[in-house]
Formats: sequence, C-alpha cells, structure tokens
Amino acid sequence: MTTVEIPTGDAPAATRPKTAARRSFVRRFAEQRVAMAALTLLALIVIAAVFASSLAPHPPNAQNLRNILKGPGSDGHLLGTDHLGRDVLSRLIYGARFSLLASVEAVGVGLLIGFLPGLLAGYIGGKVDWCVMRVIEALMAFPPIILAIAVVASLGPGLTNAMIAVGVVFAPRFARMTRDATLSVREETFVEAARSMGLRRSTILRRHVVPHVLSPLIVMTTVLAGVAMIVEAGLSYVGLGAVPPDSSWGTMLAGSIRYTTNSPLLIVWPGLCVVVCVVCLNLIGDGIKDSVGREARGKISR
Amino acid sequence: MNPATEVPTPLDVARSVGEPVLEVRNLTVEFATRGGSLAVVQNVDIAIEQGEVHAVVGESGSGKSVTALAIMGLLPERTARVSSGEIRFRGRDLTTLNRKEMRNLQGREIAMVFQEPMTSLNPAFTVGDQIAESVRHHVGSGRRAASARAIELLDEVGIPQAARRAEAYPHEFSGGMRQRVMIAMALACEPDLLIADEPTTALDVTIQAQIVELIRRLSRDRGTSVMFITHDFGVVAEVADNVTVMYAAEVIESADVFRLFESPQHPYTAALLHAVPSLDEDLADDDDRAMPGVPPNPTAFPPACRFAPRCVHVVEGCHQSIPQLLSTADGRRVRCLRADELTLTGRS
Repeated sequence: MTTVEIPTGDAPAATRPKTAARRSFVRRFAEQRVAMAALTLLALIVIAAVFASSLAPHPPNAQNLRNILKGPGSDGHLLGTDHLGRDVLSRLIYGARFSLLASVEAVGVGLLIGFLPGLLAGYIGGKVDWCVMRVIEALMAFPPIILAIAVVASLGPGLTNAMIAVGVVFAPRFARMTRDATLSVREETFVEAARSMGLRRSTILRRHVVPHVLSPLIVMTTVLAGVAMIVEAGLSYVGLGAVPPDSSWGTMLAGSIRYTTNSPLLIVWPGLCVVVCVVCLNLIGDGIKDSVGREARGKISR
Repeated sequence: MNPATEVPTPLDVARSVGEPVLEVRNLTVEFATRGGSLAVVQNVDIAIEQGEVHAVVGESGSGKSVTALAIMGLLPERTARVSSGEIRFRGRDLTTLNRKEMRNLQGREIAMVFQEPMTSLNPAFTVGDQIAESVRHHVGSGRRAASARAIELLDEVGIPQAARRAEAYPHEFSGGMRQRVMIAMALACEPDLLIADEPTTALDVTIQAQIVELIRRLSRDRGTSVMFITHDFGVVAEVADNVTVMYAAEVIESADVFRLFESPQHPYTAALLHAVPSLDEDLADDDDRAMPGVPPNPTAFPPACRFAPRCVHVVEGCHQSIPQLLSTADGRRVRCLRADELTLTGRS
C-alpha cells in the first residue's frame, strides 16, 4: 500500500472529514494504473451500450443483401458487414447491451439468492449453517451449463431466462463466500462488544458484519460478472440465450462462424469484445481487492 | 451528566436498602466438549455492592472471564450453559431471562469493556457513531441528540477535543484512547454495573494507570458498580475495594483489598502477591518464591484441594478432603483446610 496517512493519536489527524476512509479507498484505486485503465475501458463500453441508438452508425438489423460479408472500411461500414449485410459495428454496440445486461442479471440474481443465506449461515451457525451448506453443496454439484440448459428448456429460450439460470448457479458461490467472510467477522471483538450492548441481531448484522463482508463480495461480483458474460455468449451461441435477430455478441459469433473462410474477421470482433470486457472486469476486481481488502483490518493489527 | 440531578427511581430505593447490585450465587458454568461436560466455573459466589469496585483475580483459565460472560448473557449458546446457581441483578435472576429481556438489560443496565481495545471497535464507523448507536438503541433518542451525548461521553472519559474526535475512525486512535472510547460506550446508558474484562492488559503501564484512575473516578462520580477482572495485583491495589481470587474454576478467597494484601489467608493468594516483583527487593532473592507448576487443566482437576499440588504449605489432609469456602469472623471467605493455622505474609 502506498498511502501516506499514518494515523496517530494526535489531534491533527482528527481534522479529516468523515468520508476520509472512503476517499482513501478511491485514491488507492486511482493509483493502480491497470485497474484504472480497465475501469475506463469498461465505462466506455457501458456508455456505448447505453447510447447505442445514437452512437451506432446504422440500425443493427438493417439488412442489405447486395452488400454482404464486406471487409472493414467499405461503404461507410467501419468494421464491414455480416452475411446478411448488416453493419458489424452497429451490431457490436447493440450487442454490448445484451452482454452487459446479461452479466448484471446473472450476478444480481446470484446475489439476491445467495447473500442472505450465506450471511445467516455464517453468523448463526449450527443447524441453519448445516442446512444452507447442504443446499449449497447440492447446487454446486450441478454442472452450470447443464443447469442453465434445464432452466431454459422449462422456461423457454430468452436472455433473461438463461441469466436467471446462471444466477442460480452463481448463488451458492456467493453464499459460500459470504458465509466464510462472516465466520471470521463474527469472532471479532467488536461484534461481541455490539452484542454486549444488547443490540438486535439484525442491527449487528447490518452495521457490524455486512460492511466487513462486502469487500471480498465485490471482488467476487466482478469476477463472476465476467464469467456470466462468457456463459451468455456460449448460451447465445447455441441458441439458448438471446434470440435472433437480437444481436448479442454470442449470436454474432454463432451467425458468423460459417463464414470464417471468407471473412475471418467477423468472428474476431464479438470474440474480442467478450475478451476485453471479461479481462476488464477481472482487472477491476483485482484493483478493488488491492485497495480495499484489509484496509481497516491492517490498521487494527498495527 | 450530574447524578445529583437524576430523578429518583425505584432502583434508588433498592440501593438504600443496601442489597447488593449483583449477587452471583453458587454459579456453575459447564462447557460441552467431546469428552463430556466440563465445569469451568464451579460454585462461584460474588456479591457486588452499589458503587463498589470489585476485582476478580486469577490466572488465565481460572474462570473469571467465563463468569463475566455468564453475567452478561454472552456465553456461546451452543457449547456453554449455566448448569446451576443464580445471578441476581437488582433482585432479578438473570439466568431465567429470555433473550429479549436479556437484550434490554445488556448495555443499559450492565455494560462491558473488553480486553482488546484494538479490535473492540468497528473500524468501519466513526467512534461517535458507535457510541451514539447504543444510546439510540436503548434510550431511543434521535440521531442528533445521540451524537451530542456521544461527544459529552467522550469528553467525560478524558478525550480532548471530543467534538472533533467523535468524527474520527478507530484506527486514528491509540490503544489507550480506544479503551477510553470503549468505556464511554459502556457508560452510554448509565449502567448500574460495569464489567471490565482485563481492560488494562493490552496497554502499557502509564496508560494502564490512567485507565484505572478513569474507571475509579467514574465509579465514584456515578455510583456505578464495577466488576474488574484482572490478573495483575498491582492494578488490584490501585482500583479495588474488594477482591475475589479465583483458582481452577473456584473462588478460593475473598476479602477487602487492604486485608487481603496485608494478611492473605490462602497460600495461593499469598503466592500471587509475592509474584509481583518489587523495587525494594533484590530479584535474585525472590527466586524461591516463584510458584512451582501450572494451573490444572479443567479435564483433570485435583480431586480434593485444587491448589494442593502446587501449595508450599500442603499437608497430607489436603489431598483427602475437599475444602469448603468458609466465612471467617471478619466477613472474609477462604477455601483452605489450614486457613486457621497458617500465618501468611502479605504485601503492604
């Protein structure tokens, strides 16, 4: 860590405003160039996805069968056209919407299902812990893709259904991570002190446990968001995710795989997008881990 | 806040009668282990009067902290239980209270200060916030009033520029300052009883003295009873009115602090007193006074007198009959067969 603050018992240290801890986190994160670059790149992608309708040079589904499989730079198509003459760049920009939405959905569902059971299992322990852990183990035993396919088979294809399935697969991972983090926080003296003050269990969890469980959880969220993106691409590729003509990066891969010999670049673009996003998410996760991690804990044990 | 301005409550009536604030009677706490249940606290009696600072002294594992946790209702639920005895606090038996009743008591009527000031504050919130939390929870005052009260408390425990320091995070405080914050937190709701579990152990000696002085002052000013757990007789001499000495899960002696130091009646107490190095004596001469052996493991307490294997005054009878905790004429209690015949030297 490269912080310069060396807190002492001296009075001047107290002049710092209330948000000091949060701000020093931001500063530490900003000092990591790679993580900042990743964050910037991902932010650009998000912006592109949000303003897709005004940024994309062409409508994503406008076909022009006389102008198919053109290389990059032809006729105002910066990245060329696909096998139906649609503008690749426009489809990539719109595809970002699906891919980002997919990972947000999957991670959101995973957190929604997994966080609370993990927290309670870790804090209460005993029978609650036993039951939650058995359910987690059962869910972990399922191969994720198979489970996703099963859910899609019963709910019908569609991006949201597929991502709910992925979220269900993620839930036990979130639960277990939360549980492990809670287990160690539970033993902290300040939690015992909070109990000795007669605070309600919900208050103790909210104020004294959850804040210390968050940082590993945030890291895990970024990593799993990347995984969700890959799974989305995979599911869409086999036709279980986004349904044509919607342009997700996965459907673009699926559509263009047959034309690799003529236009090999067609599969490179969506693939590259997935890779860039996933790598960015992972790097951001690393950055957060390094700048928040043991911030408070490290200072305690000083 | 000035105690004199307080409205008299029914509790004040109880105070005037002279009934102890806390009376632990015959308390036994058992822990469930693989090999069956272990009594880590056995038949403990402690009575603490209004405004009294009562020291509980003993080596690690003698059961003093577990006694404190039992009083607070903080024993680990699945492994430990109070198997017999009662804990009477202001006439109520705490062992019979349910979780909600206990929670109403914790922090408001009995509060605790822990050993580790470095880890007993939540690093995620400002100290002002943390003190205010207890006030808001128990007194139900608003956010603003609670933070004002927090500042008042910080000021009272001797933290300079309290208003500014209340905005600081725990890591910006030193150990001694943090312990002051912990004490402020414990006093937030003006409890009748403060349990301080080795509050000075993690601090260096000069800070120790300050904290001890602070606890004494607060007890005197507010009439708060204090159960002060420690293993340091030097601190006991500074802080306590009365002392209970524990060894191997039992109370082995209790007396007021002056007489305990002057004329201990149990060989263990005498040995502990002499274990404190003195500036006046040559250390080399003290070697023969070091206590041999280690405290017994709860799985294998000696069958009769638990201190017998380490006792320098041991006789044959000590290994055969179980000594009872007997009250002597002057209100002292001691658990030793030879209490009457031994004349032990203390320290002044």
